[in-house]
Amino acid sequence: MDLAFFLIQLLNGLQYGLLLFLVASGLTLVFGIMGIINLAHGSFYMVGAYLAWSLAGMTGNLATAILLAIPLTVILGMALERLLFRHLYSRDHLYQVLLTYGLILVFEELRSLIWGDDVHGVAVPALLNASIPLTENLSYPVYRLAISGVCLLLAFALYVLIQKTRLGMMIRAGASNRDMVQSLGIDIKLIYTLVFAMGVALAAFAGMINAPLSSVTPNMGSHVLIICFVVVVIGGIGSVKGAMAASLMIGLAETFGQVLVPEVAGMIVYVLMAMVLVWRPEGLFGRH
Amino acid sequence: MNGSPISRVLPYLAISLLALFPVLDSTFYTQLLSKVLIMAIFAMSLDLLVGYTGLVSFGHAAYFGLAGYALALLAAKFEAVSLWWSLPAAMGICVAFAITTGMLVLRTRGIYFIMVTLAFAQMLFFVFHDTKLGGGSDGIYIYTKPTMNIGDTALVNLEKLNEFYWLVLFFTAATYFLLRRILGSSFGRALMGIKVNEHRMRALGFPVFRYQLASFALSGGLAGLAGYLAAVQFGFVNPEILSWHQSGAVLMMVILGGMGTLHGAVIGAFAFVLLQEVLSNQAWFGVAAKHWQLAMGILIMLVALYLPQGLAGLMSKFQRKPVEEAADD
Repeated sequence: MDLAFFLIQLLNGLQYGLLLFLVASGLTLVFGIMGIINLAHGSFYMVGAYLAWSLAGMTGNLATAILLAIPLTVILGMALERLLFRHLYSRDHLYQVLLTYGLILVFEELRSLIWGDDVHGVAVPALLNASIPLTENLSYPVYRLAISGVCLLLAFALYVLIQKTRLGMMIRAGASNRDMVQSLGIDIKLIYTLVFAMGVALAAFAGMINAPLSSVTPNMGSHVLIICFVVVVIGGIGSVKGAMAASLMIGLAETFGQVLVPEVAGMIVYVLMAMVLVWRPEGLFGRH
Repeated sequence: MNGSPISRVLPYLAISLLALFPVLDSTFYTQLLSKVLIMAIFAMSLDLLVGYTGLVSFGHAAYFGLAGYALALLAAKFEAVSLWWSLPAAMGICVAFAITTGMLVLRTRGIYFIMVTLAFAQMLFFVFHDTKLGGGSDGIYIYTKPTMNIGDTALVNLEKLNEFYWLVLFFTAATYFLLRRILGSSFGRALMGIKVNEHRMRALGFPVFRYQLASFALSGGLAGLAGYLAAVQFGFVNPEILSWHQSGAVLMMVILGGMGTLHGAVIGAFAFVLLQEVLSNQAWFGVAAKHWQLAMGILIMLVALYLPQGLAGLMSKFQRKPVEEAADD
């Protein structure tokens, strides 16, 4: 493996990891703050990709499509929280699993009714459709770099929001003691709705920007969901920092695994998870 | 459950009625009922974990599928394999896998446990999906049914639908009574104690981890029994049998029927499989039958929201209302 090839795989791994982070961060926040296990989180990723594909087809431009789609996913998130998830906060995880499993079936069938069962592709935006030559016959696509950049920006914004703003302070307080926050006069219900909608929008956004790189297919959400579970388990529930570390780890492990040992690449992430469980059952950044 | 004489006789009555079934009816319903009973074994094995040990496993299809693959791989291509050794071997493999993964997953609790059991089942899915070991995504055909011979005479001929049905019914009843027995023993009482308060049981000196691991292994082995029988019935295995949709479906059966009651798991399996059959029936629902999962999804959500005790809970509510009210005080 020469240097240029190694560099390409490294960038691919980081880009994949950063994309995973977008999906996993919402998942880990919803786990950590509301104590909800959400199996339907992968469906939001799928909804994002399908929205991007259909709106890009209508407007002829992926950027416009994404701008139109984001508010839709935020509304979807708020509606779901108000109508369904709100009833589950005090319930056993078992029922959360069941309800969100039912939700996956509903999303998949609605997707089939609205958009059909075909596999689609989305064109890379013309502006970013170039590649940087590395050697004579190896080059790196600009679009992947752009995705990594956007993901990094969003990760930074998330960090600032949670650690440095007043809203972030309320979110963190709500995570550690819901009743106390409420009796201090903060509308915790509204905060829950916002956090949930943010998680939905982040996952859907990941699906949108990744649409040009991977095809838009039925059931595309389930693979992402399970990888994100692994990310959350490795990183520690509720830890955004942990989600970032684990996402990058998984991204690199899976990318290099596919190049170096393609036969067992599918299993590498689970072996990693098993190792972390032996060493630190609460995850790398989890609370004891 | 052990209270009234009616509820004590009920299982025997149900088994006798089910045993008579093939005499009355055609092949289609006998096959369907075989499928229901196989799922009932699967659901009871999960109820042991979810309903009695307090461990919500979302990767139970792993054991179901593993046993199916074990049969497919143990059977020589065109030669019938003997059930006498292949069934124990398949179940043994499941128990071994359950102990190995159990040592890891039992280090976690709550949400973690759900996610980690799912992740391990998914790992197995990729092992069979991505490698040549089990024929990749196409799976493997099992061309000949296993034999059950004593000497040279066949005790049960699995090629015959009715005989296969009776065998499945026998295993369903055996699983039910075995689990009743185990749950009535001091081991079962300890499991239920762990479910209610793990720390107290540990403080009382119970080796909680070992009890949970034993329950996990037994549950995996029984799920393997169901998976083996399913593979025999359908004659092929593919990665779908260990997909997480299978894990979700069996969890749904346990809750729909009413968890922690054992007979609830059986009721749940009946309700779920029959519902699936009805909803996907094109003669009744026409084009809508193609999208039967939409109705199923909505139904699952309604059960999660409004029927936490399942169908069995609904029944006992009508039956023994005064007793429950007294217990609430």
